[in-house]
Amino acid sequence: MSTPAPAVDMSVDIGGVRLPSPMMTASGCAANGREIHRFIDITALGAFVTKSVKLDPVSGRGTPRMAETPSGMLNSIGLQGPGVRAFVEKDLAWLHSIGARVIVSIAGNTASEFARVARTIVRSRYASAVAALEVNISCPNVANRGLVFACDPAGAHKVLTLVREEVPRGLPMVAKLSPDVTDIVEIADVVLRAGAHGLTMINTTLGVAIDTDRLRPHLVAATGGLSGPAIRPTAVRAIWQVAGAMREGRIRAAPIVGVGGVRHGTDALELVAAGATAIQVGTAAFNDPSAPHRVGVELEQLVADRGFERLADVVGIAHERFTA
Amino acid sequence: MTRTIAAREGAGVVQLEAEVIGNVAAGSYRHLTLVTPGLAELARPGQFVALSVGDGTSSMLLRRSFSIHKVSPAGTYGGTTEIVVAAHGAGTRLLTALEPGESVGVIGPLGRGFPLPAQPVPCVLVGGGYGSAPLFWLAEQLRERGCAVEMVLGAASADRLFGVVEARRVGDGVTVTTDDGSVGVRGWVSDVVPDLIESTGAAVVYGCGPMGMLRSLSAIADEHGIVAQVAVEEAMACGIGVCMTCVMPVRDESGTTSMVRSCLDGPVFRGDRVRWEAFEDGYCRVPEDAVGAPTVVR
Ligand SMILES: Cc1cc2nc3c(=O)[nH]c(=O)nc-3n(C[C@H](O)[C@H](O)[C@H](O)COP(=O)(O)OP(=O)(O)OC[C@H]3O[C@@H](n4cnc5c(N)ncnc54)[C@H](O)[C@@H]3O)c2cc1C
Ligand SMILES: Cc1cc2nc3c(=O)[nH]c(=O)nc-3n(C[C@H](O)[C@H](O)[C@H](O)COP(=O)(O)O)c2cc1C
Ligand code: FES
Repeated sequence: MSTPAPAVDMSVDIGGVRLPSPMMTASGCAANGREIHRFIDITALGAFVTKSVKLDPVSGRGTPRMAETPSGMLNSIGLQGPGVRAFVEKDLAWLHSIGARVIVSIAGNTASEFARVARTIVRSRYASAVAALEVNISCPNVANRGLVFACDPAGAHKVLTLVREEVPRGLPMVAKLSPDVTDIVEIADVVLRAGAHGLTMINTTLGVAIDTDRLRPHLVAATGGLSGPAIRPTAVRAIWQVAGAMREGRIRAAPIVGVGGVRHGTDALELVAAGATAIQVGTAAFNDPSAPHRVGVELEQLVADRGFERLADVVGIAHERFTA
Repeated sequence: MTRTIAAREGAGVVQLEAEVIGNVAAGSYRHLTLVTPGLAELARPGQFVALSVGDGTSSMLLRRSFSIHKVSPAGTYGGTTEIVVAAHGAGTRLLTALEPGESVGVIGPLGRGFPLPAQPVPCVLVGGGYGSAPLFWLAEQLRERGCAVEMVLGAASADRLFGVVEARRVGDGVTVTTDDGSVGVRGWVSDVVPDLIESTGAAVVYGCGPMGMLRSLSAIADEHGIVAQVAVEEAMACGIGVCMTCVMPVRDESGTTSMVRSCLDGPVFRGDRVRWEAFEDGYCRVPEDAVGAPTVVR
């Protein structure tokens, strides 16, 4: 009657840090933990990923800052947040108090601002809760008038280099990449050379929605980031290309955290087979706040059903089974 | 069948797959009754529920929010929650078409409800269109505390009024306005509210309805030196405080303006705290003096 509990080793290694589960929240899609902790126990996730934090408080954009699109949404939140000092005292302190493993997502307007945010986090009294830093280079670089660091190899290199100087040994630094580039393998190569221990792929991809009653852009910022199941093939593509380049030895091998359109276990399995070691769930949590946990349960069952004992054995398997 | 998906001990909120047991017409709206064990006991007037559209494969990912019209803790079906839904776009069209026996994802109760006055003071309750849905339950609670309750229901036309009969039951007085004059006083609720505040000596105005109406209620309350408590509607993606899409510029006690989440700190706000002047032509801009507002680059 009842299916036997799958006995799959779901633990993952992210740049030397071992996590009991591959499941994470996606930055900006679970606030800083308290709200989603009403629905799922976030200490049971592999890691809780915070909203990207900047040095100073940020109000974000005006509204509407959201538009629903087919199987997705556009957002132009604009990295709203309390600034890193308030984040440490309020949010990181709370995450630390409940025993969560935290990946702090950091952002900045300049490369040195990224470094100052990183320094504040790693030197804080709650640093023991931090499992890794995720460097969100996919946000617009104000100093370069709207250029995104992740679209500019020199800028991306500089950010990672400066952050690396602040990060103590043993604390992995993961770079979050944008799919909105001509060659994502090139950017992956640059950030890995600068010392990133892993990659998170992908951030949202730029889109516009028009309000067809008012015949003007729906979002007050006009453009927004597209997320949700609508972008899953783009995420799988990015992971496929970068993992492929790692397997061929064209770039250094490093763990990939897959994110983009994961709503069910099969979606997560797709990203894993393409080369992702861990999985973040973003927009799907707006529909189902239990999704970051539920997808992990579904993924474990799917891996067991296919006869594997370790999730790690499935990572990138699609490359081995692909014979062109 | 109703099924609980997530509800952590003491969280004050539940996530359910709720069975629909009623869907009846109410003017141009649909009045839905959902089986929601555990939710009714937690809810207060002014709070809302967030419903999912379709199942886990639906292309409409975001939840739709609706004020709680009424809850019944323990009927034949266990606890139930009632909402009043206007078919506005694709999502609400699907929700208004739900048949008894079908199920729908529900999260609730969400947000902060209407604060009740400590003293038994006269109150004016103003609902615009389906915005009157949460006010009857509020009226009952106010009456239980000895408050006199004057109700004002307004809408574009007679079919968009909700609950006129119920208002007569729970209110000490009821005024109806319609833009087209098809029933009641021709005009807006704001045309009749100042006189009612004066004649009743009201200390609080409660409002729920379109933003323009809430803005003018707040102005009227200010002019009379009383407080307006208004339930706002800002586009929400999650309803539970994780996405930051539903923000509005609101002042705190010390006068500092921040972009606050209306799903978590609202939907009920004191009218004089909302920076209404930031809303214009369907957009809301960040006031220059708000915390973390972008500095103007010249
Ligand atoms: C706290 C709160 C209470 C509400 N109470 C009621 C109620 O009791 N009865 C009722 O009929 N409606 C109510 N609404 C409005 C209702 O949520 C929207 O009409 C509905 O979300 C529109 O969905 P749609 O698919 O028909 O429209 P679409 O325009 O296709 O929706 C697209 C997206 O925009 C959002 N959206 C669109 N219009 C609104 C709006 N006016 N407010 C918030 N989000 C919007 C939707 O949630 C969805 O995510 C309430 C809204 C809020 C925020
Ligand atoms: C409302 C919203 C806010 C987001 N904020 C951030 C952020 O602060 N930092 C970041 O790196 N990514 C942010 N993202 C991107 C997500 O982390 C994720 O990369 C993207 O949404 C794709 O995953 P999904 O399809 O599962 O949502 C945000 C996404 C959404 C929808
Ligand atoms: S609707 Fe998501 S934070 Fe309010």
